[in-house]
This record gives sequence, C-alpha cells and structure tokens, in this order.
Amino acid sequence: MSDHLDAMRNFVQAMNQGSPHAIALKMETVALDREGATLRVPYDEKLIGDPETGVIAGGVVTTLLDHACGQAVHTGLTEFKTIATLDLRIDYMRPAEPGKDIYARAHCYKVTRSVAFVRAVAYDDNPDDPVAAAQAAFMLDSSSGRGFGANLKDRKPRK
Amino acid sequence: MSDPSEPVSAMLARIPYAQFLGMKIELAGDEMTAVLPFGNHIVGNPTLPAIHGGVLGAFMEMTALAQLLLTEGQARQPRVIDVSIEYLRSGRPLTTYARAEIKKVGRRIANVHVEAWQDRRAAPIAALRGHFLVTPTEG
Repeated sequence: MSDHLDAMRNFVQAMNQGSPHAIALKMETVALDREGATLRVPYDEKLIGDPETGVIAGGVVTTLLDHACGQAVHTGLTEFKTIATLDLRIDYMRPAEPGKDIYARAHCYKVTRSVAFVRAVAYDDNPDDPVAAAQAAFMLDSSSGRGFGANLKDRKPRK
Repeated sequence: MSDPSEPVSAMLARIPYAQFLGMKIELAGDEMTAVLPFGNHIVGNPTLPAIHGGVLGAFMEMTALAQLLLTEGQARQPRVIDVSIEYLRSGRPLTTYARAEIKKVGRRIANVHVEAWQDRRAAPIAALRGHFLVTPTEG
C-alpha cells in the first residue's frame, strides 16, 4: 500500500506538471496520504471573478475541487486506473478571502468496480470554515482501449 | 441602436478570470451563446488530450451568470449558491459552446440549466444545473 502511495505521489506530481491547466493555475499537491489529497492554488489577480471585491472566481474553486477529487481517487485505489469525472456537485458557502491561497482536501470514501465516490472541501485558512464543499463520482478505467491522442480522431456518431 | 450584448461583453471584459479562460459571448437576437476557443492553457489531460473538467464547469457557471445579467439586468454579479455538473463526453481540442436556460427567477434565487457542446449540438459534452443568489435591480 505504501508502495502504491509512493508511486501515486510521483504520479500526481507528474500529473500536475503535465497538465497545462494545472500549470496555468500554479496548482500544487501539498499532501497525499491514505486519507486523500490536499491541493493548493495560490492567489493570483488573473483569477479574480469579481473585480469589485477581488474574490477569486468560483470556477477556480470548481477546477481545484475537481482536480483534488481526481487525485483522491488514485489514493483510494490499490492499482493505477484511468479515471473520468462523471458528476461534480458543489455548494458555495462563502466567498474566498481576497489575497489568500485556496486549498482543497478530498477524500475517496467508496470504490466499486466501476465507480469511485469522493467528498471534498475548499478553504482558505481552516478546513472547518469551508469556502465550498463538493461531492463527486468518477468512472474507473475510463480510457480502457483508448490510446494517446484518442481525442484527436473523428468520433463516429452513434445511431 | 445600442448593442444588447454590450453590458455582458463589458462584464466579461472586466472579469480577469473570464479573460484568462478566453471566453466570449455571441448574441443572435435574444439568444446568447457563450464561446470558449480551444487553447493549450485549458488542457487538463495532455495524453487524450482533453479540456480540464473544472474549466468546463467554470465555463458553464460563467455562462449562467452572463445569461442572468443579460435577461435580468442584474446590477451586481449574481452569487453562485450551488452547481451540479454532469460530464457526458471528454472535451476535445475544439471550440466549446454553451447556452443557458433560466428555469425560474424568484425574488432571491434563480435556477439555471446550461449545456455545453463542441462540433455537434446534439452531442453535448457537459451540463450544469445551478442556483444563484440574485439581487433585485435597484431603482
């Protein structure tokens, strides 16, 4: 299990460094353990959603939660599988404080053969005073049979 | 003749995050379509490659906000209360479009549904349903 966690620690670093959008947001994984994943997006003026208050856009919180939930799934599995978000529900409790980094802590609490279920919170200072909370479901083995560049090929319309 | 998309385009121009994503809106009469051109900076998974699911969620969220501003003439940006996002297909390296439908606007809460697609309108890639806190226009 710890071997898997070590492998996953390397994998999530590669995942962050290989994902252009994660790089654009300067997203980092700050902790990864059996309980899940903690990620951070630093405050950046280019991510402001409300110019009157300087509050970071809800969309950034959405992306951070989606990313954190995905990494939590990898900690919940015993071997590597490709995953895809099926659905993501987010409650926004309060605006993030302008100037502060945003964190997300995600925990995968159930894995079945095909689906993983995850809960997460986003916060600035204190996980007990969240900015937002999320509940997500992920499909497992989502890329089975699909190789590199699969999305570049034309898709056959289904009858 | 004033351009009816002007207040919405002006709102998007003032939001740094909308500029960062590269999002625009187009109007055909009173029907608004939000447009998200493809760019490397929105890629989440580089091996497929696929647009980051969070970006699709954010794009649909902003589409709902823009539609509320256009239809309801909000004095201030509505606040997002909750969203529920369904992912149907991966976002390919293509332009993404979204349209929002306001299902109900009450005194305080609006319910909005959004659908996003790429090359085929009939094959949506994601959908969003959300509640938004709206404030009555002053005056």
